[in-house]
Amino acid sequence: MEFSYDVEGGNFAKAGNAASSVKKVLKQLNVDPKVIKRIVVALYEGEVNVVAHAYKGKVLVDIDTDRIYIKIEDEGPGIPDIDLAMQVGYSTASAMVREMGFGAGMGLPNMKRNADKINISSKVGEGTIVELTTNLSS
Amino acid sequence: MKVCDIIEKLNLKVIGGEEGLQNEVNGGYTSDLLSDVMGNVDEGQVWITLQTHRNVMAVASLKEVAAVIIVKGLEADENTISQSNDEGIPLLSSDMEAFELSGELYQLLKG
Repeated sequence: MEFSYDVEGGNFAKAGNAASSVKKVLKQLNVDPKVIKRIVVALYEGEVNVVAHAYKGKVLVDIDTDRIYIKIEDEGPGIPDIDLAMQVGYSTASAMVREMGFGAGMGLPNMKRNADKINISSKVGEGTIVELTTNLSS
Repeated sequence: MKVCDIIEKLNLKVIGGEEGLQNEVNGGYTSDLLSDVMGNVDEGQVWITLQTHRNVMAVASLKEVAAVIIVKGLEADENTISQSNDEGIPLLSSDMEAFELSGELYQLLKG
């Protein structure tokens, strides 16, 4: 099964729409609720990253019987130093984003912790691709 | 203990999500950082925060919390309230500060 969702940069009102929709699908497929929670946390953080940092992005979700693959691709400023971005507490979020309770430097680490496999590639000035893969059978 | 029991004992105001007032409460989590809540709150807990925007309800729904309590009498945004109603997750309000409210709720759940 494949799904795709558009994510608008700057539009916090819609952040979480993809995560919410994927959650419903996984529930219908009777995936272990603990596994669903992990997937949903990782995807939500990914959506928020696009909203907070990029101009626009796309979430592609591919589900088969034993794994879910999620690709979050954006057009945005890119990440100059991925290792630094992965550090808990490091953030380049704006003051407005921080005031909302985002931008605490926990997004990417949360994504890593809640996916079985994470792959990040980024080009400064072009955008970022985050790929998450998680086994559905616990 | 249910959400409606906590409302009565802590004198909370119901702002939205009345459908979920019978939700069972098994603990609480106090934080204003959404990623922290995303990573650490557990299903069935009450989330205490000063954040009032609608992303609060997105996180609350994804993590299936029992209820959200906004502290210091802060007013929730209109779309936060409507999302609370859509999701059926109670959005509550207290005049207490987070420290005080967390302490009271802790005592209540421990007792």
